Amino acid sequence: MAETILELRNLCKSFGALKATDDVSLDLRVGEIHALIGPNGAGKSTLIHQIAGTLTPDTGTIEFLGRPISQLGVAERARLGLGRSFQVSSLASEFSALRNVMLAVQSRQGSSFRFFKPVMRDRSLVEPAMAALARVGLKDRADIPAAELSHGERRQLEIAIALALGSRAFLLDEPMAGMGPEGSRQFTGFLDALRQEAPILLVEHDMDAVFALADRISVLVYGRIIASGTVEEIRHNPEVRRAYLGDPQ
Amino acid sequence: MTISRETIINIVLALLLLAIPYAAIQFGNPFYVTLATRMAILGLAAVGLNIALGFGGLVSFGHAAFFGIGGYVAGILASHSLSGAPLNFGVFSVPGTNQMPVIWLVALVAGGLLAAAIGAISLRTSGVYFIMITLAFAQMTYYFAISWPAYGGEDGLSILVRNQFPGVNTMVPLNYFLVCYGVLMVGLLVSALIRDSRFGAALQAARQNEVRVASVGITPFRIRLVAFVISGMITALAGALYADLNRFVSPSMLSWHMSGEFIVLIILGGVGRLYGPVAGAMLFVMFEFLLGGMTERWQFFLGLILLGVVLFARGGLIGLIAGKPRHG
Amino acid sequence: MQIALFIEQILNGLQLGVMLFLMAAGLTLIFGVMGLINLAHGSLYMVGAFACAAVAAATGSFWLGLAASLAAAAAAGAIMEVLVIRRLYDRDHLDQVLATFALILVFSEATRWLFGSFPLYLDIPPLLQGTVPLPGGSRYQLYRLAIIGVGIAVAVGMYLLITKTRLGMRIRAGQSDRDMIGALGVDIRLLYTVVFAFGAALAGFAGALVGALQSVQVGMGEPVLILAFVVIVIGGIGSIKGALVGAILVGVTDTLGRFLLPQLFGLMMPPSQAGLVGGALASMLIYIVMAVILAVRPQGLFPAMKG
Repeated sequence: MAETILELRNLCKSFGALKATDDVSLDLRVGEIHALIGPNGAGKSTLIHQIAGTLTPDTGTIEFLGRPISQLGVAERARLGLGRSFQVSSLASEFSALRNVMLAVQSRQGSSFRFFKPVMRDRSLVEPAMAALARVGLKDRADIPAAELSHGERRQLEIAIALALGSRAFLLDEPMAGMGPEGSRQFTGFLDALRQEAPILLVEHDMDAVFALADRISVLVYGRIIASGTVEEIRHNPEVRRAYLGDPQ
Repeated sequence: MTISRETIINIVLALLLLAIPYAAIQFGNPFYVTLATRMAILGLAAVGLNIALGFGGLVSFGHAAFFGIGGYVAGILASHSLSGAPLNFGVFSVPGTNQMPVIWLVALVAGGLLAAAIGAISLRTSGVYFIMITLAFAQMTYYFAISWPAYGGEDGLSILVRNQFPGVNTMVPLNYFLVCYGVLMVGLLVSALIRDSRFGAALQAARQNEVRVASVGITPFRIRLVAFVISGMITALAGALYADLNRFVSPSMLSWHMSGEFIVLIILGGVGRLYGPVAGAMLFVMFEFLLGGMTERWQFFLGLILLGVVLFARGGLIGLIAGKPRHG
Repeated sequence: MQIALFIEQILNGLQLGVMLFLMAAGLTLIFGVMGLINLAHGSLYMVGAFACAAVAAATGSFWLGLAASLAAAAAAGAIMEVLVIRRLYDRDHLDQVLATFALILVFSEATRWLFGSFPLYLDIPPLLQGTVPLPGGSRYQLYRLAIIGVGIAVAVGMYLLITKTRLGMRIRAGQSDRDMIGALGVDIRLLYTVVFAFGAALAGFAGALVGALQSVQVGMGEPVLILAFVVIVIGGIGSIKGALVGAILVGVTDTLGRFLLPQLFGLMMPPSQAGLVGGALASMLIYIVMAVILAVRPQGLFPAMKG
């Protein structure tokens, strides 16, 4: 069996009486795309937040690269190699696409406490950042402020940032929302290749993309994982069909 | 490389400020030299604040604390130099000094330490909390200065002879202006370097989107704390210069009106712009002088002008002339 | 140490506390409902004090003055809201700070224009002159006790207003969800003006009450304003309950600190030095308390909403 990169064990998180995450265990292994699906409000984003560190689980553990990370802050987890994209894209909006990616490059290089050399003349920042932009197809848009990019482009930019960070795992929260059919198709191809670089935990509503891409799928309903398995297993799982696809039988 | 409109404005402002005292002497109005010196010093204080407020989005309403501590460093060291009595710190004691470079160094260190202490607590919060807490801490230093009589308490402390700079007779107003102008230029250079550096990139990004900065592995708190310390140091340096300009330091340098005035300078000039604080200081000192010459009630009109700027001209002077800021 | 003196200091602390509550309640309410930070709140305190002093001097009645202070501060608040504050709700805090800072300049200078630079004096009304006995044998000013009583009454009144009345329901709705009250068909603009004027009236009322204890002068609102900031930061911005707890805490801490710290240091060092060190430390005490509370709870004691 392939090496496990990320492992969640018995994660629970409640908001008042609402159990947003109810005893969730799942793992992410080298080379795979593990899709997390479920109806709206199932707690997918809450789960991503706990993995990335913006929310703290009530109980349970998260291990990344064999290390417990539940007590670490967002920045520390990112430094370990946890790259993410956001459900609602989150960028330095006044900065150009290039500068957004350069921020990740400088973080990867270890220090932001350098006060003298101008970043725009620093080839060790600009070149890797341009390379990452080129990989997601945003090279021509490098100088455009993030605020002026389209929804789809902003998703791509977030992926470029995660790439530039040298991520060891990607948490992608609905990366294809806001892309047209043509964009989605291209992006599916891109993600397909990306898994070789680092495994992807993918939250996505586009079921065609999920079924085309995923090695494994976990289905989250009311904060619980009701089924987990290969695409075929999930397609034919009666509980999933009942709970998720609304199949009365 | 093309030179942006903002760069041209910056050069014009720098030359204009430099020209004021020479023109003043030419036209037999040496009082204006002091006005220009005030512009340079207040500009420097606001350059310091601009690093926190403009680049980092940290609305500090307590920078008077740093300005004042710089002023008291100059006053206290000078008074000990004059009396010959050493300063006692319990276990060790040091002599006073009337040498500006030494005073500046001490002011920078004192300002930095105070900023580190205030920042470490205040930066745990954000938004309105941050504004009010920085205000409250500055107020604390104000009341301390009032209630501690060793250095004049409420009455303040005079610097009988202006401190010295090697090779310069600082008692000549034009010379002292040039000293202050030189320090301002260095301050602007530091500010420009920081803005364009990796540190500056992280600081400005943290203002735009804190979560984004954390998700690439940079801890915003540390970046902000360092920015706040640098900011406090520069403002403290300006305070030392200000004390020497007036040859007097009092708790009023620590008052919240002072903190408010620094924010006003930045807004008048343009938030986050390199020369915004300088433009703001020039405008402010000019308003103060012109309005003050016309009416005793000048603060009333200053208030109305400020209201107008906030409500209708948010980019400040540089924003009006140069348009929106550009990020490469 | 004499118990009587101690009780007297506690009462002084309470009196300062309820004054601060009147200021802080308005500030925190305005922040909670409109998301606005208002530096000019101290000016409304000053307006109340001047209105009371002027009307009391003209009519000879403190009570008419007190009514005038409420009316003048509420009117000044309403005008301020309609002309300026209203345009600031959607702005960032920096703009709000600057605009309300500008308002302070305008109000202070206008007041100096109208009343001159000399302080006015306001007498304690005959009904409340005199002292009452305290346990331990000393006597305490009746007027200060009355202030404490009035402050408590206002606190109870505000509690009832916010929990039991229609206006209070709308205020609470405004605090939790601004879009919702619009959807419910409440005239938000009017609601905001009313809330602002109400906060202003509380501040003016506080100014008038204190005016009889101190001189009435330009700039009198500023130290109180900053103390009120400390109060709401400690209590949690937006929380009325936090404002009450914070105000009493700050009032009592400040007063007792000034009383006890010099004595405490007197046990360790010569009296002259003890007075110096104790006095200096006492002047910083509430800020130290604030720092400690924030180090433990960055959102204050009763976090109400995000700053």
